[in-house]
Amino acid sequence: MTESTATVLRLSGITKRFGKLVANDSISLTLARGEVLALLGENGAGKSTLMSILFGHYVADEGSIEIFGKPLPPGQPRAALAAGIGMVHQHFTLADNLTVLDNVLLGSEPLWQPFSRRSEARTKLLAVSQQFGLPISPDAKVGSLSVGERQRVEILKALYRGARILILDEPTAVLTPQESEALFDTLAQMVAQGLSIIFISHKLGEVLRVSHRVAVLRQSKLVAEAPAQGTTQGQLAQWMVGHAIEAAERRPAKKVREPICTLTNVSTAPTGRDRLNDVSLILRAGEIVAIAGVSGNGQVALADLLCGVRSASTGQVTLRGAPLQARPAWLVSQGVARIPEDRHAVGVVGDLPVWENAVAERLRGPWFAHPWFRVFWVKRRAARQHAQRVAETFDVRGGGADAPARSLSGGNMQKLILGRALMPPQDAAGNSAQAPRIAAGPPQGDAAPLGGSEPRAAGSVGAPVLIVAHQPTWGLDIGAVMFVQQQLINARDAGAAVLLISDDLDEVLALGDRVAVMHDGHLSEARPAEGWTREAIGLAMAGAAH
Amino acid sequence: MRLEKRNHTSPAAYVLAPVGAVVFTLVVSALLVLWAGAPVGQTYALLLQGAFGSVFALTETLTRATPLILTGLAAAVAFRARLFNIGAEGQLYAGALAAVAVGGMHGGTGLEWSPYVLFPLMMLAAALAGAALLLGPALMKARLGVDEVVTTLLLNFIMLLLVSALLDGPMKDPLSMGWPQSVALQGDLELSKLVPQTRLHTGLLWAVSLAVMLWALLARTVPGFDIRAAGANARAAAFAGVPITRTVVLVALLSGGLAGLAGAIEVAGRTSYVTLDMSPGYGYSGIVIAMLAGLHPLGVIAAGTFVAGVLVGADSMSRAVGVPTYIADVIVATSLIAVLVAGLLTQYRVRWK
Repeated sequence: MTESTATVLRLSGITKRFGKLVANDSISLTLARGEVLALLGENGAGKSTLMSILFGHYVADEGSIEIFGKPLPPGQPRAALAAGIGMVHQHFTLADNLTVLDNVLLGSEPLWQPFSRRSEARTKLLAVSQQFGLPISPDAKVGSLSVGERQRVEILKALYRGARILILDEPTAVLTPQESEALFDTLAQMVAQGLSIIFISHKLGEVLRVSHRVAVLRQSKLVAEAPAQGTTQGQLAQWMVGHAIEAAERRPAKKVREPICTLTNVSTAPTGRDRLNDVSLILRAGEIVAIAGVSGNGQVALADLLCGVRSASTGQVTLRGAPLQARPAWLVSQGVARIPEDRHAVGVVGDLPVWENAVAERLRGPWFAHPWFRVFWVKRRAARQHAQRVAETFDVRGGGADAPARSLSGGNMQKLILGRALMPPQDAAGNSAQAPRIAAGPPQGDAAPLGGSEPRAAGSVGAPVLIVAHQPTWGLDIGAVMFVQQQLINARDAGAAVLLISDDLDEVLALGDRVAVMHDGHLSEARPAEGWTREAIGLAMAGAAH
Repeated sequence: MRLEKRNHTSPAAYVLAPVGAVVFTLVVSALLVLWAGAPVGQTYALLLQGAFGSVFALTETLTRATPLILTGLAAAVAFRARLFNIGAEGQLYAGALAAVAVGGMHGGTGLEWSPYVLFPLMMLAAALAGAALLLGPALMKARLGVDEVVTTLLLNFIMLLLVSALLDGPMKDPLSMGWPQSVALQGDLELSKLVPQTRLHTGLLWAVSLAVMLWALLARTVPGFDIRAAGANARAAAFAGVPITRTVVLVALLSGGLAGLAGAIEVAGRTSYVTLDMSPGYGYSGIVIAMLAGLHPLGVIAAGTFVAGVLVGADSMSRAVGVPTYIADVIVATSLIAVLVAGLLTQYRVRWK
């Protein structure tokens, strides 16, 4: 960027406090015309708060914002829109039952205008779409569009309203590698025409690829700002976390043993586009099978099926030779550890305390039942002790055992869910069942992830036989991602069969011993990970012949 | 003005919130008392005296509190599970009718069993009648997604009409000189007095022990966990293995049963027969009491006593100074709003810019 480049956006000394917590600590940033600025940071680093202040959802305690040389009044989303800020959220805000044109018009027309000026709007939309190379058919129903096309509609919506500064929040999270490439081309075109872009992401590779400049937030402060050229991924990661990161080492499965869970020609009734269509799969002890695919292609149906909250309409599912019962309590009693995709809505009951969530799955077993009242009276002391061990072993930090689970951060919540699923309680006789082996993960700052409990021998009584993990690292910071992935590898080495369903191709390739790709309810053959290339997976994700 | 979620709530806030709510209520009500032209201090003093100031006042308050605690518990357990039972009024009448049907037959035409058999049977019948009335709406909600607020609310009116029909028909007391009232309970089925020469009966002990039992059930047992989990997040609860439909049925049985018992205990302890005006809206007041208590069973005892005290105290106060008894409704309603807002302010802060 040369000195002559105009500054379109200037954030000066933005500070935002929530009570004692400082979410943004005196952050100053500038954005130039025609520039892509990547905003990088772990969860809780302050990215969303900063963008919410820019967009007028929050009011900063200190500092000011200047757009195109004019001050932006705080706390007014309309003013931000009018000033030319457009935001494309990670979760789309489109109405499926309306056409593309209607979605674009929605909210952009005055309320008291008797007729919609549709033909004018159509002309303008087509002009915008042509100008930025975003082909779209205005009359298609949004519900019939692919995810990539929907994202295009979101971007068009912002451009149609005259956005000159575009904020993209994790735009590639829902795209295939090929779709991501197409998005990057579009971004290049938009920048060439003088737009400025703030690109929020945690994928270091693509950050370096698309942006001119990178700004890194850590613990509410701006810790680094550097041109993308000449910066390495390792450097970025170090800035984000505050210390050097060792990449997870790929360790192949040691000993693959008998099949644990078998799906034979399984189909489920469709809910929207998400269903299984004639899926067959064998999960064996001591092996991680990773399922890649763009979300919404049947992953939810597959996870629900193996978590006991949905049944197959045709086909057979067996668990250790017996037909699988669609009851969560039965699955838990059989040693199935389940990690759901949506940790807030499905993983925990947010209003209940941490300790109750830590034992929620086990209340119906023999573990915490009172000897006189069988499965009625909860043995609170035993249950709380177990919750304590889960929290210590899996390094769950937060307000303590009695704090509501919703107060935990995403990473700690996921550790709680993981610990609940993976760690068997002491059995009814009071003997300690064997906990899965916990290896020390990557450096955790000052953390000591090993609590009071000792690592024990692997492959023992009570350890899970099957782990169903659906997007287990979604939205977690790097430290937590490493921790979760390490737990899955350890459990595999301890003899569990692991099914990993993930949108993140890097994760699929890093963890999967065998990889299968899901598209439109079909599952490709699960082949050894070495037999796949990134391109081949991308093509299969997009539905090319397997 | 906007609300922002607080990250931490100080323990002091949990104490100050209800205190602030009470102060706010007294200030707002004082304005109305002034408007009525009465001295504020004296009015409040008389109200307090009328509610708790003598043995008579206290026993009257506790007599009134007994059905209110029971309907409060009925609402609390249902609301905990997000089953919005607005039908406690109808369930109370169903319980009262069932009690009289079992224990009120005259002149040797009915059951001539030992009261040791008949009394438990009467209570069981009352609880089952109340539960049965809620079971339909609960199942319709669980299976078909029918809004239980509408169904339970409308069942109240159906129930009242049914009571009216029965009191003028099959259950009419032939000795009532044409008044629509039911036959009376057998004398030995009536609850004994807790304090002689007053109306306070052992039903209060029933109400208090049921509150303790409900608290223990919710806080200490697996079904109690199921109820709380299913209410707070049904999807997550189902994922963790909570049997949702079974839990809804259990909640319906508990909530309807408690409201039914409220009716039976009113009949056995106070009225000894059913009339159309035996409940001045106890079922609806139960909702207010449950909300005041934060849906906590032990809090329901305190909230029920508070509401009963305000109602009874206002009666006696209005006789002494010229403030209408409606001030009681204003105090109860204002305190509910104040408590809810205070609860909100412990979770959120208000920003004025």
